[in-house]
Amino acid sequence: MSKEKMKTSDFLLSVRDLEVVYTSAGATVHAVNGVSLDIKRGENLGLVGETGAGKTTIAKAILGVLPDPPAKILNGEIILEDSDLLKLPKKEMRKVRGNKISMIFQDPMTALNPLLTVGDQIAEVVLLHESVSKKEAMNKAMEMLEMVGIPADRYSELPHQFSGGMKQRVVIAIALACNPELLLADEPTTALDVTIQAQVMDMIGALQKKLNTSMILITHDLGLVAESCDNVAVIYAGKIVEYASKEDLFLNPVHPYTLGLFGSIPSLSTDVDRLTPIPGMAPDPENLPEGCSFHPRCKYAMDECKHGSVHFKEVSPNHFVHCHMYHCDKEV
Amino acid sequence: MANNLIEAKNLKQYFNTSRGKLHAVDDVSFSIEKGTTLGVVGESGCGKSTLGRTMIHLLESTSGQIMFKGEDITKVNNKQLIKLREDMQIIFQDPFSSLNPRMTMIETVTEPLLLSKRFSKKEAEERANEIMNTVGLSARLWNSYPHELDGGRRQRIGVARAIALNPSFVVCDEPVSALDVSIQAQILNLMQDLQEKKELTYMFITHDMSVVRHISQNICVMYLGQMVERSPSKELFQRPLHPYTKALLSAVPSTDIRHKKERILLKGELVSPVNPKPGCRFAARCNYVCDRCHEPQKLEEISPGHFVSCCRVNEIN
Repeated sequence: MSKEKMKTSDFLLSVRDLEVVYTSAGATVHAVNGVSLDIKRGENLGLVGETGAGKTTIAKAILGVLPDPPAKILNGEIILEDSDLLKLPKKEMRKVRGNKISMIFQDPMTALNPLLTVGDQIAEVVLLHESVSKKEAMNKAMEMLEMVGIPADRYSELPHQFSGGMKQRVVIAIALACNPELLLADEPTTALDVTIQAQVMDMIGALQKKLNTSMILITHDLGLVAESCDNVAVIYAGKIVEYASKEDLFLNPVHPYTLGLFGSIPSLSTDVDRLTPIPGMAPDPENLPEGCSFHPRCKYAMDECKHGSVHFKEVSPNHFVHCHMYHCDKEV
Repeated sequence: MANNLIEAKNLKQYFNTSRGKLHAVDDVSFSIEKGTTLGVVGESGCGKSTLGRTMIHLLESTSGQIMFKGEDITKVNNKQLIKLREDMQIIFQDPFSSLNPRMTMIETVTEPLLLSKRFSKKEAEERANEIMNTVGLSARLWNSYPHELDGGRRQRIGVARAIALNPSFVVCDEPVSALDVSIQAQILNLMQDLQEKKELTYMFITHDMSVVRHISQNICVMYLGQMVERSPSKELFQRPLHPYTKALLSAVPSTDIRHKKERILLKGELVSPVNPKPGCRFAARCNYVCDRCHEPQKLEEISPGHFVSCCRVNEIN
């Protein structure tokens, strides 16, 4: 984001020009290609994109849990409160992870250890990051269970005794146990039914408000973003193509990909006979098209889209787009 | 209605488990008019997939009737069943596990044609080519294996295989939930085109409320094996009557940020469908629960075509 005017210290987290590749068997997959974003304290940022767009890779890079090899961070800075996480020694990073930054994983069925009681799994994080006795950690774990709406007397039960929604509550309790400043929520409700999703999102929102936690919500569900985020970044082929406040993005989307996403979703209130899908499919990240990665699917593609790089353009205050159309004053 | 292609009457599907009888589908009745789509919605475990599979006789029903083109198909023998299968098909949810990994795309589509014994090898090939073009799969991919293709293209094969023998009824079991939205829209458009061209009748099973509103004329809402509401699509979204439908619709996140809707949060979670107590199964989570809810509920027609199974429907609406 070209927000150089603002000092990075105004933000809780600033990601600058992050580039991540995966290499295996000689092939290089360009997963994240120069992503920059900023999050203020208490802000909720939605990261929206389709499968393989690089959403989860960004979150894992922030948390420092990318498997290396095959993943490699080629370039970039991840600055949390004035220190670059990418330069921190492993030992220091371990103090950040689960403490200042924590993550809610997509699949509650596999995120928990099946052999440990849910209570002990929450207490483990507390013991690791706070200088407390085992007893105190257990008390804190019980407190967290109650906070996410699970009776504390279920402390000694194992994950298989819980339903999907309850397991996700446990995962959330683990993530929030040390009052993190930043919560990375990677599709936190995708595995859940809508009525349970509503309960879980409601709970995350309430806890966040209480603890003043910022959140990056990674999702492919634009509806979820509309209901719980302040700002939205739309990501395509490892690049942010549009960044705006929720209001701007939903009422006045400008990037052809964002427009395409809206055309693909059937509405809950208005009737359309046919949807207008985006033609073609997401590009192969091993072999990204030259120029703008979206140009082979874009109906507005021009010659200049096929070569060179595109820069961010601020189309209205704090509404950024990565598209040539807005550099040569053509109207959509 | 005279034009019904398929009709279920008091259909039940129970499974024996070590803990007792699991009521997966409990006394469900509905009909689907020829050339239309019935959407079946509900949360995981509500029995919607079981209902779909029972309808096309992939599972034998416990009791009740399924009338297909005027005949009861619940008690057919194997020979009749083979003929029946040509006329009723299914598109599965997961395009990754529902295709044989050792068969090429064109082989997958040709197989049902050859099995029907209605076509010579050459005719079957020609027909398969035609179908591949219909579903929009370019010729260079016909000889590829499932693992070489992405989800959207694989699901096109799932559709191609289902329509290969010109069935009149297709059960679509979450056909787009494994796909990204831009690809999902392509497949939905394809299915609508095929329906128009071939006068197909769909039973469309999904948990996605916006998709079901888009594609179906009528919608059934299921909760733990019971049908709680059935209505024309638009009416259901404008005037949901059952407390569960209301909560379900209010829980769907909407992209419309100008109109904030009021959310009805439900208490608790699904109860077990094993040996359920009589009465409304939603009662444990319902905000309007009363003593009468523990008695068996009846599906009542509130307005033309709009059925609800709730004893307090008139008080709460």
